[in-house]
Parts: sequence; structure tokens; C-alpha cells
Amino acid sequence: MIIDLTQLAPGETGLITEIQAGHGLCRRIQSLGIRPGKKVTKISSHFWRGPQTIEIGNLQVAIGFGMARKILVEIDKK
Amino acid sequence: MNEILLIGNPNVGKSAIFSRLTGAKVIISNYPGSTVEFTQGQMKIGEEMPIVIDVPGTYTLEPTSKAEEVAVEMLKHGDVVINVVDATNLERNLSLTLQLLEKDIPVIIALNMWDDTKHCGINIDIKKLENLLGVPIVPTCGLTGEGIKELIARLPEAKKHTLKITSDSQRWEIIGKITAEAQSLTHHHHTLLERLEDISIKPLTGLPFALIIIYFAFWITRFIGENLIAYIFEPLFDKLWLPLMMKLSVFLGEGSFLNNIIIGNLIDGKIDFSQSFGLLTTGLFVPIAMVLPYIFSFYLVLGILEDFGYLPRLAVLLDNLMHHFGLHGYASIPMMLSLGCKVPGILATRILEERREKFIAATLIAITIPCMAQSAMIIGLVGQRGGKYVAIVFSTLFILLVLKGLILNKFLKGTSPEILIEIPPYRIPQAKAVIQKLWMRISSFLREALPLVLLGVFFINILHTLKIIDLLADIFAPVLTGLWGLPKEAISALTVGFLRKDVAVGMLGPLNLTTKQLVVGSTVLAVYFPCIATFIVLIKELGIKDMLKVAVIMMAVALLTGMVLNFVL
Repeated sequence: MIIDLTQLAPGETGLITEIQAGHGLCRRIQSLGIRPGKKVTKISSHFWRGPQTIEIGNLQVAIGFGMARKILVEIDKK
Repeated sequence: MNEILLIGNPNVGKSAIFSRLTGAKVIISNYPGSTVEFTQGQMKIGEEMPIVIDVPGTYTLEPTSKAEEVAVEMLKHGDVVINVVDATNLERNLSLTLQLLEKDIPVIIALNMWDDTKHCGINIDIKKLENLLGVPIVPTCGLTGEGIKELIARLPEAKKHTLKITSDSQRWEIIGKITAEAQSLTHHHHTLLERLEDISIKPLTGLPFALIIIYFAFWITRFIGENLIAYIFEPLFDKLWLPLMMKLSVFLGEGSFLNNIIIGNLIDGKIDFSQSFGLLTTGLFVPIAMVLPYIFSFYLVLGILEDFGYLPRLAVLLDNLMHHFGLHGYASIPMMLSLGCKVPGILATRILEERREKFIAATLIAITIPCMAQSAMIIGLVGQRGGKYVAIVFSTLFILLVLKGLILNKFLKGTSPEILIEIPPYRIPQAKAVIQKLWMRISSFLREALPLVLLGVFFINILHTLKIIDLLADIFAPVLTGLWGLPKEAISALTVGFLRKDVAVGMLGPLNLTTKQLVVGSTVLAVYFPCIATFIVLIKELGIKDMLKVAVIMMAVALLTGMVLNFVL
């Protein structure tokens, strides 16, 4: 099942399939190591559409809600 | 080899390696973006004395912020690049490495934070990685200095590579292959620090945690500051300096011109350090006995929080609030720095991506964030009338911050960009590093602020002697007395305030103000105009045109705030 990063529950892990952003933003996101084919684990999601914190590789990243919606991940269907 | 560039992603330890190579002292902190301006120093290799440049951290060679632009610009005239790579985040760091290898410049890699790889369960085969990348690689640890000697020894081996890569996706493909071959991961157990990381970033536990940290940060700052003043600095001035100054005063002769400038007014035949306003009395007492202790305690606490890596987490928690001001959470870091001094605070706004954000952040800092020198004086002076009144001053400033943020966000075109930052792991602060940073900040206060304080006291004494102050007082009386309910003599404080805010607040002391007047006076002093050092850095960062806009906003805010406080209290 494909969902976006904001829908991933804290503690859950998914595989990034696509980043639906323009060239500039896509580059910025990718330069932090967030790119298709990588495993990502959600750490927390802040209230009122706040930033999403994720762990990717050995790195923790905080990413705005709007940006996180543009990142699609695949998770095992339950 | 004339110019060596240290280039790498943010927060990989470039500054620590820079400091090891050159012996130069630079501010090192555990968050991305602590170096926004390039710093340069010299090192010695045999007979040669090449210049080493600590370039602000960048993720790509296609810059997305001012700090990153600086990095790309530097690349044009360097001779050799030391690419500092965070060994615990090899894959992400290699993106910049490959972009560097595509350029026509020799590269050597410092594989930094090498000591952290073990407990992270990361094994990197350095020989293999060297073969794959085709440039020399030296494992280092900037904080302890491990590997630095080898790095220097192998510097001449730096090689050009000129990789031909056609697209981003091709680059990522190569990086994927390289990491898969040279790096293997083993499982590692969660450490206590990692649990603390989780607690402080999850909203339910993170917010209470933040409140506790902030409360203790302020409590400790105040505790250390107050006690240093009461048990060390005040006794020193009263027991040692006072008798000396009394003798000097007798020697100079009461009422003489020199006595007025150096010792100031005698109160009941005695020197009063907070009221006499001579160069060697109040001019020294304010910066050293009233402000310095708080500068010390504030920067001690800030330094520990910085090196621990707490600030970016607080920034994430504040993200929601900051969006209402047209900023994102990371803009809170320049603001926190400004609580110490606005000059580094405003410089730090360079980590923000857009001009609109920078303008809002700089304006909010300039008008509503009191620096430590000023806060210390407000606590010292207004605090004598009761803690409640100190609270009124600071709450007023906070309300102004919120209101102004909301208004600027509403009326400036554009939207606030979203946060996108990496959060560094927690690290136990090292005593030596914390003390060195503290010492750098204190000495810069003594070097830059002390002369200005003395100049301010001198200047105001001259204006008094020439009766210019009386003239100014009459001119501005309608605003001062009419709108703000202050005596017209308060003009001397406002005049000095253009130079330094600490002495300016101090000048309210001898005016025998009522508590209400003191509150109005110190609040107005905080907002009406920044001190000269802040003013200069604002012009540099925003340009004259935007600075004029800020100045107009400030005057308006000061007029209104003074009036409202005078009316309400």
C-alpha cells in the first residue's frame, strides 16, 4: 500500500517510492538522503500539521507537513 | 598550495578540524549552520604557510541559502579541498563528495566522527573506499584531534578526479554502489542518549521536557549571575576599587572638570557606583560588575545546550508557533542566540532560505529580543523594585514579539517556507570545548562592548558639560513627558542607548524614577533603536533600504509601547 509520509504512524517503517516535488525542492530533500529506494522510519509527528520527524539511515530529519505529504512511501498492508 | 578549503555538509565537524589545523579559535556547536561566515586561518606545513578556510556547511554545490552560496563562491579560488565527511552518515555525505570530485580541484577526504562509528554499529573499509573514490581518505576525530597529523601528512596526496556524471539519479546510483561495497552495518543497542533523543522530539513528552529545560536554563543563569555579583564582583568594587577611587577623587579636586569625567558626581560626598557616572566608577561598574556575571552565566548555559545538541530539537517544537510569524522553527535559533547578543543572532539569520524570512527574523530580533547586557541591567535595576516589575518588562517585550510577528506575517507578501533540517545526535559536551567557547564569547564582550560603554559614559559627560543634553531634553520633552510620563532628563539614557543598551538602562538609575516610570523607561529603551553594533550588522545583512523600514517600525513601536504602558500601569 502506498501512503504519504504524514500518514505513516510513529514507529512504522516504509520504503520511499516517489518524491512529488519540483526540481529545486526535490534536490534539497534528496541532499539530506531522503530519496526513492530508502527505508524511512517515522519518529514523531507534531500537533496541528506540524513538522514530521523521521529517521533515515543514521540520520534524523525534521520535515514540514506540506513537504512530507509530497513524499510517498510503501508499507506492508495489514 | 596557497589555499586549503574545508568543505562538507552542515554539522560534520569542519570547524573542529579547522581549529585543530590552524590553532585558531572558532565557535563550534552541535547543530547545522553554526558557521555562517567563512573563517580563515593559517597553518604550517614544513616551510609553507597556506591559508585554511572554514567554509559554511553545504549539502550541494547548487546553493539554496546564503551560507551555501558562500561555500560555492569559495570553491572558485581554492587550491585543495579537504572534504570533511561524517562517517556515521556516509551515504548522504557522499553526494557532496561526488559533486566535488566532478570539479577540477584536488580533493582529500577527512572521514570525521570516526570514533562514533563503533557504537553506531558502522564498519567502513577505508582501503576499499579509497579505491572506489580514487582520492586519499583519513579517519579523523576533530573533537579529540585524532587523525589530524596524518591528514596534514597526506595533504600533498590530494588528487583531482574529474568524474563525469550526467544526472542526479546517476550520482545516487554510484553512491549506492559505493556505500554497499565499503560499508557494513551491525545491530546496535539503544543508548541512554538515544532514549533521551526520542523523549525530547516526541510532542507529548517533548513539550514538557522543553519547559523543564528552559526553566532550568533561566534559573541557573540567574542563580550563577546573582551570586557572582553578590559574592565576588560587588565586594571587589566596594572593598578594593572604592577606596582607590575616593583617593583619586580627592587628588583631582571636587568639582573639577577631570573629576566630573573620571569619577562623576559624588552622592552625599561619596562615590555611588551605580549613580556617579564617571569613566572609572560607573563606566567600569556597569559592564564588569553588573553585566559580565550574567554574560558568563548565560553563555555557559547556552554553550552546554548547544554542544549537547538540544537547540535544533527546541526549534522543531517551536515550528508551529513560528509559522504564525511567517517563519519556520529554525528561525528560533538566531533568536535564542540574540538573547546573548544580537550581533551573532542577526548574522545567524543567514541560515534562513528566503529574504522575507530574514527580514522578519531580523526585525523581531532588533526590536523585541533583549540582549543579555540589557537584561542584566533590567534585572539589576528594575529588580530592586520587585520581581513583578521585571516580569512586566519582559512580558511586554514578549507580547510585542508575538504581535509584531503576526502583523508582519499578515502584511508582507509571501508565505512562510517549511522546515527541513537534520537533527544532530545528542553528544555529551566536553568541558574543554565549552570553556573555550565561553572564553571566546566573554573576551569578545570585553573587547567590543567595554570600549563602547566607556565611550558612552565619556560622551554623555561631555554633552552634560556643554549643556547639549539640556537642549535635547527640552526638544524631546513633549514625547518623553507628554506621551511616556518620563522626566525630560531621561533623554540622556535614550542618547546613550544608540551606543550601548546596558549603560543606557543604568542611566535611568540616578533619575529617581517612580517604579512605573522605570518600567516604561526600560521597555522603551529596549525597543526604540538597536545599539550601534547591531545597527551596523543590520545594514550589512538587510541593506540600507530594508534597514530604514526596520527603523521606522522601531520608532513607531517605541512610541506606542511607551504610551500604552504609561496609560495602563
